[in-house]
Amino acid sequence: MNKTVNQKAWFLVLPVLILVAFSAVIPLMTVVNYSVQDTFGNNQFFWAGLTWFEDMLHSDRMWNALGRQLMFSAIILAIEVPLGIFVALNMPKKGFWSSFCLVVMSLPLLIPWNVVGTIWQIFGRVDIGLLGYTMDALGFDYNYTQDTFDAWVTVIAMDVWHWTSLVALLAYAGLRSIPDAYYQAAKIDQASRWAVFRYIELPKMAGVLMIAILLRFMDSFMIYTEPFVLTGGGPGNATTFLSIDLVKMALGQFDLGPAAAFSLMYFLVIMVISWVFYTVMTTLDKRDGK
Amino acid sequence: MAKITLENLAHSYLPNPKSEDDFALKELNHDWVDGEAYALLGSSGCGKSTLLNIISGLLIPSQGRVLFDGKDVTTAPTADRNIAQVFQFPVVYDTMSVRQNLAFPLKNRGMEAAEIARRVQKVAAMIDMEAQLDHKARGLTADAKQKISLGRGMVREDVNALLFDEPLTVIDPHMKWELRTQLKKLHQDFGHTMIYVTHDQTEALTFADKVVVMYDGRVVQIGTPQELFECPAHTFVGYFIGSPGMNLFDAQIDGTTARVGDATVQLDGAYTAHGKTQLGVRPEFIRLSAGGEGIPATVRRVEDVGRHKIVRLDVAGREINAVAAEGEEIPADTDRITFAPGSVNVYADDWRVTPRGTDA
Amino acid sequence: MTDSAIPEVVINTHEMTIEKPRTTPKRFRPSGGAVVMGLYLLFLMLPIYWLINMSLKTNSEILGAFSLWPRNLTFENYTLILTDPSWYMGYVNSLIYVLMNTAISLAVALPAAYAFSRYSFMGDKHLFFWLLTNRMAPPAVFALPFFQLYSSIGLFDTHIAVALAHCLFNVPLAVWILEGFMRGVPKEIDETAYIDGYSFPTFFIKIFTPLIASGIGVAAFFCFMFSWVELLLSRTLTSVNAKPIAATMTRTVGAAGVDWGVLAAAGVLTIVPGALVIYFVRNYIAKGFALGRV
Repeated sequence: MNKTVNQKAWFLVLPVLILVAFSAVIPLMTVVNYSVQDTFGNNQFFWAGLTWFEDMLHSDRMWNALGRQLMFSAIILAIEVPLGIFVALNMPKKGFWSSFCLVVMSLPLLIPWNVVGTIWQIFGRVDIGLLGYTMDALGFDYNYTQDTFDAWVTVIAMDVWHWTSLVALLAYAGLRSIPDAYYQAAKIDQASRWAVFRYIELPKMAGVLMIAILLRFMDSFMIYTEPFVLTGGGPGNATTFLSIDLVKMALGQFDLGPAAAFSLMYFLVIMVISWVFYTVMTTLDKRDGK
Repeated sequence: MAKITLENLAHSYLPNPKSEDDFALKELNHDWVDGEAYALLGSSGCGKSTLLNIISGLLIPSQGRVLFDGKDVTTAPTADRNIAQVFQFPVVYDTMSVRQNLAFPLKNRGMEAAEIARRVQKVAAMIDMEAQLDHKARGLTADAKQKISLGRGMVREDVNALLFDEPLTVIDPHMKWELRTQLKKLHQDFGHTMIYVTHDQTEALTFADKVVVMYDGRVVQIGTPQELFECPAHTFVGYFIGSPGMNLFDAQIDGTTARVGDATVQLDGAYTAHGKTQLGVRPEFIRLSAGGEGIPATVRRVEDVGRHKIVRLDVAGREINAVAAEGEEIPADTDRITFAPGSVNVYADDWRVTPRGTDA
Repeated sequence: MTDSAIPEVVINTHEMTIEKPRTTPKRFRPSGGAVVMGLYLLFLMLPIYWLINMSLKTNSEILGAFSLWPRNLTFENYTLILTDPSWYMGYVNSLIYVLMNTAISLAVALPAAYAFSRYSFMGDKHLFFWLLTNRMAPPAVFALPFFQLYSSIGLFDTHIAVALAHCLFNVPLAVWILEGFMRGVPKEIDETAYIDGYSFPTFFIKIFTPLIASGIGVAAFFCFMFSWVELLLSRTLTSVNAKPIAATMTRTVGAAGVDWGVLAAAGVLTIVPGALVIYFVRNYIAKGFALGRV
């Protein structure tokens, strides 16, 4: 629609601005503050310039955490996106079973993240968990607290369990917006099932899929609670992803300087990706004529 | 090309239809002659699209059979019926170019590349899109997309029938005329069976050899445009065809005369009719006069629509229309209408009655 | 009824014969799609079932023999939680700040979304983008600063602190969702209302809000969801008075080791509000996701 130019609209936006500024800008300023200062304790700070940033960029710890994080995000995207699409294609379109599927699929999304961690913590234990017990009974030497590979597998399984539904629901919404006429035309043109997917369904889902991929990438990049509850970042720091490492630094060790510098760089990466997200979204909106 | 036969065909969207009213399509027996161009005409909701979808296989009728050249295809899937159908809204494959769109149905049937290229070129010339063959289909205008849809329907030369479901609805009026001409030409060149659904009588009457008029799920008349105009079999046909439609007068039929209000009208034959009896006369055949014989009428308005004039009259509280030639004078003291000889149709309960003693 | 018909015409003036409707034969072989969905739903339900299973056993039974369902069904874990204030207050606290947050977020987001959807003003695109970045803000970055900020203004360990903290990402989300819905309402409706003499507040409440009711519902749903599930900030900003259930659950290690039964029961109880909410909005889920704005 044609928007009228009206600077007084700022008044309507003011409450949001104040609230978010309070929640975001002020804390961020303290972070910036810490990132360029050092302390010997006793709340006395002195200017440290960019030392923390340099330290960070040279620290193995940060790069390792980043590496683990990127691998994690890549793996879960590679699993969740195709799986989500696959599930969406097979979801019933209407009737009782459609509601049933929607409700069951939405359930993992509404479980507090620490409970998600707890569920899998229990589930994976060899003594009391179904998964652990079964793996043990099948002869696998499965122990997610001590074995790195098992820990990774469990964390990934947990995330797939937790979030695939989001991708599936978004893809499903995209699919439902396709008018019947397209499927009818494909029948008349004698198109194969694969052709229908490739030329009708996938293009129409592209918009929502883009959003799903970006969202999942961002959220996986910030993941904290679930792996923290499940493995605590271990064994060792095998599953210590970026957020876990940061919190350990900031709230655990109170290493304010490094934590702050870390935070800012973390945030910078997020900003860049947000910008990509925003651009993709507005381009898609424009293309759809909104 | 195939002869399409409909046998005892009816369709209800309800699982257990009890009476006629539960049916969207009421019983229909018809042979669609191979190679004819039919228009399926009727107002919205009268069952035209249902019928079309049953023929193409997108809908399986709840009762009756569909036969192609004698073979029962009632439950056969669409892909097996070798039908082409064009929908009301453009359906194009956005990610493909125009050329690939047109080639799609042919590729799916495993045709050779050279043959495909030849046909695509020919159809592109017909829909006047040769220049855009390699553009992506996505960014085109609605009528370009609809032309592509039409093209995809036309590209298969050996289809059993071409079905069109109000395909020109989204097209500009000028382009509509052009495309209709193309379709007519297509029919002349190839002789496919074509069934064209529309609610626009001009489209129907100019496109088709035969028009099938539907009303409330029933076929009420099939005939050439001329027949529909002169002898409407149902009051709906009379009302729907012609602009303005046929006038209806409540009348009591008595052999060779009919009484309309206080006036008497001579009929051109002896009729026996029961139930709700009416006379139907087209506006083109109503004559205006002052005094003398005829049914009392008052002139309300005269509308000049360019090539002729429409005279709106009031006859016993009912609005009646008459058509006068462009230069014709409407006498100011007009107070009677008479009917041209041979133009009066008699209807009982909405269906046309033929005079006694005739077999037609 | 009538006499004869005109040549070439197929007139059905007689009553039609109604036959038994054709039924498509039922296929007993389940389709591939049903198998896939079945497996996937099973995958989703299994861990939840396991949690429920644990919650109905005593700790000794859990640690004793492994069984797929409770041999001695017991509700004592639930009774414990529902009668022990240190447990049930966790739920109460969580609910309080979640509801507070939803109310605040919606209240500030509605006028802002209206402004974004109807007006263009200096810096509007940049402002919108900046809001969006906050949705993407990693809570880990804000954990320590929030801790210091809220402590310094004396709001540490209060519900309002958590509610405000969650506004960081919920308000942008609410604005984003509402703006999308508001864009679908034509400006002409506003203009007609002004011509008819409505003042802005009356117009907004009486006319506009009902039109975007489903949008408000979707926004409220997502605000509720993201606030309810969040752990890091809610745990960092509370200690005793406003302690959410998430924090309570992470402290069930007693002298005798972890009380698995109680932990499981607590977990099950946290799923209940979510399940209820989904059930009530199940018809809007697809529509809400269709906007693609999560």
